[in-house]
Amino acid sequence: MTEPKTTSRGRDLLHRPYVWGIAAIVLLLLLNTLKDPGYLAISVHPESGNLVGNVIDILRASVPILMVAVGMALVIATGGIDLSVGSIMAVGGATAMQFLSASDDPSSAGASAAAIGLALLISTALGAVNGILVAFVRLQPFICTLIMMLAGRGIAKVITDGRNTAAESDPLRWIVNGYVFGFPFVFVLAIGIVIAVGLIVRRSALGLMIEAIGINLEASRMAGIRPRGLLLTVYIFSGALAGIAGLFAVGTVMTVDVTQTGYLMELDAILAVVIGGTALYGGKFSLGGAVVGALLIATLDKTVLFLGIPSSASPAFKAVVIIVVCLLQSGHVRRRLRRRRSHEAPPGAVPADETQKQEAVV
Amino acid sequence: MTSAQPIVQMQGISIEFPGVKALDDVGFRLFPGEVHALMGENGAGKSTLIKALTGVYRPDAGTVLIDGEPRSFHTTADAQAAGVYTVYQEVNLCPNLSIGENVMLGQEVRGRFGVNWRATHRAATEALRRLGLERLDTRKPLSTLSIALQQLVAISRAMVSEVKVLILDEPTSSLDASEVEMLFRVIRGLREDGVAILFVSHFLDQVYEISDRLTVLRNGQYVGEHLVSELARAELISQMIGKDLEALTSLGGDRRTAPRDETGEEPLLRARELGRKGAIQPTDLDIYAGEVVGVAGLLGAGRTELARLLYGADRPDSGTVELHGTAADIKSPVAGLANGIAYSTENRRDEGILADLTVRENLVLSLQARRGWAKPIPRRQQDEIVEHYISTLNVRPPDPNALIKNLSGGNQQKVLLGRWLATQPELLILDEPTRGIDVGAKAEIQQAVVDLAETGVAVVFISSELEEVVRLSERIVVLKDRQKIGDLLNGPEVTAQQVVDIIAQHGVEAAEAMESELEELTPTTGEGGPA
Repeated sequence: MTEPKTTSRGRDLLHRPYVWGIAAIVLLLLLNTLKDPGYLAISVHPESGNLVGNVIDILRASVPILMVAVGMALVIATGGIDLSVGSIMAVGGATAMQFLSASDDPSSAGASAAAIGLALLISTALGAVNGILVAFVRLQPFICTLIMMLAGRGIAKVITDGRNTAAESDPLRWIVNGYVFGFPFVFVLAIGIVIAVGLIVRRSALGLMIEAIGINLEASRMAGIRPRGLLLTVYIFSGALAGIAGLFAVGTVMTVDVTQTGYLMELDAILAVVIGGTALYGGKFSLGGAVVGALLIATLDKTVLFLGIPSSASPAFKAVVIIVVCLLQSGHVRRRLRRRRSHEAPPGAVPADETQKQEAVV
Repeated sequence: MTSAQPIVQMQGISIEFPGVKALDDVGFRLFPGEVHALMGENGAGKSTLIKALTGVYRPDAGTVLIDGEPRSFHTTADAQAAGVYTVYQEVNLCPNLSIGENVMLGQEVRGRFGVNWRATHRAATEALRRLGLERLDTRKPLSTLSIALQQLVAISRAMVSEVKVLILDEPTSSLDASEVEMLFRVIRGLREDGVAILFVSHFLDQVYEISDRLTVLRNGQYVGEHLVSELARAELISQMIGKDLEALTSLGGDRRTAPRDETGEEPLLRARELGRKGAIQPTDLDIYAGEVVGVAGLLGAGRTELARLLYGADRPDSGTVELHGTAADIKSPVAGLANGIAYSTENRRDEGILADLTVRENLVLSLQARRGWAKPIPRRQQDEIVEHYISTLNVRPPDPNALIKNLSGGNQQKVLLGRWLATQPELLILDEPTRGIDVGAKAEIQQAVVDLAETGVAVVFISSELEEVVRLSERIVVLKDRQKIGDLLNGPEVTAQQVVDIIAQHGVEAAEAMESELEELTPTTGEGGPA
């Protein structure tokens, strides 16, 4: 909505950084189709009438990353980072599972709603702790969310007493595994949440102000913005979305694995945000880009499995794809490549703005 | 005091940056055993000249002779090896390392098994001894020292190897009077030892107190070299700002002559004893609706500091502010805006524009901030506001969706002016609104200021260009060395020259007052050089 409406929308889209993410998704899908020409096929399950296929699996698998990446995009836009999202996922999942397993009638609507509500409450509270430490105590985001990342795992283990608690709850199972009109409900729900967050952020002035403090905190303060409340808000968003992601993650198997649920999810989310074109130093952010990034990560994970890449080599394969995407979308790298092609940069040239900065000291 | 052979001689130095000629055929010489002040306004080329000397920049033309030998340093390390040492304005030390480590960083004494820390600390104590600081415990963290002592520790780094030329770039900007005296004692001691000292400061009094000779630069050009004892302050100021005295005297205004406070009118803002330690001394100020109050004074006189207190960007530690006769507690920019005060910063790039946002977003930002995030300004209303200010302020290009960083400085300034006007302030503080922008935009902004005052807005106009202040203001507040030294009603008989005289004259009295005050302040730290 804030994007300038230029004459050519198509060309505009091409200049979005996440086109490279979309290109990578297409490329990976093509790669898979080369191995199995029927890879992209989507069929209707003869009994249930649900859509089945690899693409549907990818969409379903992308849901937790999607949730976390959207929260991460807001945090990164302020110039911060949230390393605790994976652990908060575990806390959210553990809370729900433990509550349900202790419940007399875990499949009742009341118990399910209470479990979900409690999980969201606790993960939002942990996000708020991050936000208070960043905004009011003024700790570095990296440090306080790193602490929360370690503490969160501990909290999850305390909640389940160190066990991988399983529970049975039909409503929760349906939310995560059910279908509406043949389509996985959880993906529809996740997209609905993304759109809701997008509307909150872009229909109000929240998005503008988040970008402003990410671009220049001092200039924003001088313009009359209150940075602290905004910082608190984005970490709360991130915590709540991580809690939702945790519910989705444990819902597929109805078991929380306190060491594995959400493990390394913070890194996937950061990558998704970066692939989506939001710079790590803050400022302009793109929720659409984060969605593309999340879908790419999910596609990549499935491709690694599908191509039968040995598990020892799969992180390297993932890394190569992501590095290539990041390099391609980096204006700096593209400029350098172009300059290298035309002529060598003159040595000892001083960038103009740096000169100004040094002059201003006098 | 000076020997015949200069230790540093720079001839015909030119340095060009993209679009700017930072130095144009500048000459400079520095003799052993003298304190030489480099004078000039902001952007005159002082620090560029220093950087050309120390190897940070390579001159496009000209030669640098050290001890009569042509030299061209590639890095500051080269310069240090030749005995040319620079201490910058901000202390460039590591607060969490020990004092000794800071002194010896990069020059540690090495033994067979790596760094010999005991010998290193001994050498550090030796270096500190030359400044009379040998009693410092070199193993304590640097952060335990006051800023003044840290500044001296930075200087002591130069004492480890043999220093011939010591460059002090604004060494006193964060020091109080007694700390300055401590530093000066050290400088005098080094001068006795034959070290050539290049001193850059915005404080005229300090320049007159410590320097033997000075060189004036203006707009990247050499203006002159003088013995300090032979150059009057007023003459120095006019050399720095580049108007000769007659040109300054010929300027005048024709504004109202009846003083406001005699009309019985209630001031819009009344500040009493408003001050903040290290920024501005307690100051009284009345500002009336519909008047333009000019603030004159050299850079570093406390102009911006005063403005920031009025807006709430910094918190005062003394004094009160009344708005319309009722006490107001303005402790943040949010409170300032809520009270109808707007402040346009002198630091457009770091505190003003949000570079990656569009003209539209930059323009509505403060109004939006005042409404709160939950009440976004409807798109149509945004369009009206943005179009209004783009056309009345003549912003080029008139494209609301252009990124502000792609506009020229003058147009960025107009957008910022629009940002503040959109909040409909009662008091608008403009800090250097015309600095670094082209003549056309300058005139447009000046016109906007006059128009604004006619609609009843009070404008505080801060500028280094005295001519501009005198032409636009009804009343001129003169600041010097972080205090208010004059509040004069403007009129046809008031000239820029008078303001210059006030600044220069006050300096003499203040210097005398300070000297007698310093007599009473007995030395507290070490036995430095002869005072």
